[in-house]
Amino acid sequence: METPPEPSEGEWDFYWCDVSWLRENFDHTYMDEHVRISHFRNHYELTRKNYMVKNLKRFRKQLEREAGKLEAAKCDFFPKTFEMPCEYHLFVEEFRKNPGITWIMKPVARSQGKGIFLFRRLKDIMDWRKGNAGKKLTSLEAQPARSTANPSGSHSSVALCNHRRHPSPGLFQLPQRLATTILLSVSVDVVLQDARSSDDQKEDIPVENYVAQRYIENPYLIGGRKFDLRVYVLVMSYIPLRAWLYRDGFARFSNTRFTLSSIDDQYVHLTNVAVQKTSPDYHPKKGCKWMLQRFRQYLASKHGPEAVETLFSDMDNIFIRSLQSVQKVIISDKHCFELYGYDILIDQDLKPWLLEVNASPSLTASSQEDYELKTCLLEDTLHVVDMEARLTGREKRVGGFDLMWNDGPVSREEGPPDLSGMGNFVTNTHLGCVNDRKKQLRQLFRSLQGQKKASS
Amino acid sequence: MLQEESDLSLVIAQIVQKLKGSSLYAQLERQAWGSWEKRILKSLNSMCTELSIPLARKRPVGEQKELLNKWNEMGTDEPDLSLFRPVYAPKDFLEVLINLRNPNYENGDSLSFRTHLGLIQVPLKVKDIPELKEFFVELGLTTGQLGIDDSTQVPPELFENEHVRIGQKVLAEQDSAAAQQYIRQGSPTALRAELWALILNISSQPEDILYYEQLKTNVIQHDLLVDSLIYKDVKLTASNDDYYFVFEDYLYQVLLCFSRDTSVLGHFAYNSASPPKSYIRGKLGLEEYAVFYPPNGVIPFHGFSMYVAPLCFLYHEPSKLYQIFREMYVRFFFRLHSISSHPSGIVSLCLLFETLLQTYLPQLFYHLREIGAQPLRISFKWMVRAFSGYLATDQLLLLWDRILGYNSLEILAVLAAAVFAFRAVNLMEVTSLAAAEAVLADLSTLKVMPLLQIFLFATVT
Repeated sequence: METPPEPSEGEWDFYWCDVSWLRENFDHTYMDEHVRISHFRNHYELTRKNYMVKNLKRFRKQLEREAGKLEAAKCDFFPKTFEMPCEYHLFVEEFRKNPGITWIMKPVARSQGKGIFLFRRLKDIMDWRKGNAGKKLTSLEAQPARSTANPSGSHSSVALCNHRRHPSPGLFQLPQRLATTILLSVSVDVVLQDARSSDDQKEDIPVENYVAQRYIENPYLIGGRKFDLRVYVLVMSYIPLRAWLYRDGFARFSNTRFTLSSIDDQYVHLTNVAVQKTSPDYHPKKGCKWMLQRFRQYLASKHGPEAVETLFSDMDNIFIRSLQSVQKVIISDKHCFELYGYDILIDQDLKPWLLEVNASPSLTASSQEDYELKTCLLEDTLHVVDMEARLTGREKRVGGFDLMWNDGPVSREEGPPDLSGMGNFVTNTHLGCVNDRKKQLRQLFRSLQGQKKASS
Repeated sequence: MLQEESDLSLVIAQIVQKLKGSSLYAQLERQAWGSWEKRILKSLNSMCTELSIPLARKRPVGEQKELLNKWNEMGTDEPDLSLFRPVYAPKDFLEVLINLRNPNYENGDSLSFRTHLGLIQVPLKVKDIPELKEFFVELGLTTGQLGIDDSTQVPPELFENEHVRIGQKVLAEQDSAAAQQYIRQGSPTALRAELWALILNISSQPEDILYYEQLKTNVIQHDLLVDSLIYKDVKLTASNDDYYFVFEDYLYQVLLCFSRDTSVLGHFAYNSASPPKSYIRGKLGLEEYAVFYPPNGVIPFHGFSMYVAPLCFLYHEPSKLYQIFREMYVRFFFRLHSISSHPSGIVSLCLLFETLLQTYLPQLFYHLREIGAQPLRISFKWMVRAFSGYLATDQLLLLWDRILGYNSLEILAVLAAAVFAFRAVNLMEVTSLAAAEAVLADLSTLKVMPLLQIFLFATVT
């Protein structure tokens, strides 16, 4: 795969970049006011599993202090997770409290299901430790037993974990831009080709960090199969927090039937399409995906519309709280925006769980339908980013995107939000609903043109 | 001659016993159907001999155990089905229908303007638009409909809320006739499963569940050749469908049991077809040595599994799913692949479709005929499958609501004509059958109810 020649500084106005480029160049790249780039500098606070867990835990504690236990409980959408090797002791404690449950070990920075395995016995991780990234872990274990009385986390062992902190941004002046240029890195070009996807690209860290997470043993099954949901959230800024939710998305099915008896069969448990593609059962034509509209209808016919409303508003809660938890940590550069791919798992009680957030969701298409979804998604993203400065900034819907959070909840109703009792408040989200984006865009741009004419 | 023994296992065992080493002979009752039956059976027989597979055999105990373990995930099995062919496909059946002639009918002056220029040459009585408007009066412009008046722009207070309330009342009172009347305006998603069960008179009594379990046992104990045909059909159609692939396992569980269900033979009493029979070698024609094959008398064709697939959206309990499908089959679906003069039979539907097109869209009809694209050649497969796999699922269910509500399949022909009317502009520009097929290849974006309403009530006749 050829990398396009690196542009000289300041020669582009819009860059859909790789996270690796970002890491190397963002800090010393000057950007004019209008310039836009498709990642936040330290997005990994949200998208790397170990950081996300930490931020979420901290946010939860803060909520508990400020608003009480009930409010904090709304953050309980993340299965109990422990960083390895730092939180190994805490993990063992939790492990012993719940004998017999299944855990899943995931590498923090890899994607597409690579390096993941399930286990039920401590013996299983002992074996893994001896083999793999366990060098650090072994040395920790070898030390005399230390008190694990540090409830808020593992600050005492921070030194052993390779946390990367962002260097302070450096700026230096560059000549003015010469022409309007839009740069697309390789990962977007492959929308049209059937190449490798670019889920959360690998960061070059010398030590492989893992997280051990409680495995959800009672996933909701359709046709006997496990699935997870991929939902798209577009964040235009963190301070203030402005986030849009895309109406379309899909459910990704595992090709094999779910059973807890075969935890070695990674094909059953992992629903990433990338992993499924290597399963012997995989039929590429199928793509094993359902559009969210179909999924929503299926659930409605089985559980009724109210239960579905509750589920979807619980999911809204996940999106908003997860973003709020990193709001203060992420460097909110006005040039940055980011399109996240959220992975959600539903359990049999219709409770949604957050599996992870991807900063570079795959844009390769596994079917015609998938291709349509992703091209429309990108198109609408560009509409919201609005390089052409056509929007007024007061829009609540652009194409398939609904404004979900605008420094506060956004209501479906017109007029100022009535936050007093949250009585009739319905959030402005339409996940899995009809997406008549073409019509909406036509009407939107026509009325914007009209407004422009009127004011000129 | 219909089997009435209540001991199902005994019956099946007898069939298997009798079928040892025999082949099938058609009963030559009616010429057209007779020769068609002959063809099907010939195909089945030759597959039998070529592959050296018996029509039926008892499974060894080891195999039985294995199948029982895998009962909920038969889709993961990948038996070698490459040598099996579907016994027939809808287009083969269409050829038979085209060649139907009633020897008693005098065509008279062949140049009369009433000459039918379509493919079907059997003069059955079909409704015209005024009669259809009367028949489908609840689909009229002034009556609320689900599929139209529940769209996002319409406030729910206008129709939807009240309609849901009435639906709940109907269910509470368990009034089957009222349910049938109610569902003509469409069923709310949350109530559909119950409403259909009410209209079809399906209630899951313990004896129904037991019956299903008995059928399941039969599947475990005996292997039939048609099983491989069913497997193949599911793999070719439902498993490749973007939405129904998820329900693959349910389809096996339903269809394998269905093929062994001798109670289905009951529908042949009002079906002019007859189930294929097998005779013990050397005893051809002697009724006491005859058995029906497969036990339910229905040989699956290419696409058969699509009758079941949409039902998986509504029913998740295997025995209930099974009962609903069986009832839908013996009330409606069987008419789509057997020859009869019934107004809901496929012959009448084809004729209705062609007449509607020729009468109300003559320009389009003549144009398509000129370029060698007889409309029926394209719409036939839609009607045979009751549009399953062609429409989006939510639209399909709205359509099947009306089939149940009006107890008639005529709506399939009306919809087919409405689709042609909708795409008439594009169709007028094509110059070949292939191009016409392309225009009509994708129906997944169509909204069924507006199409029907416009065609029936808003077109100048």
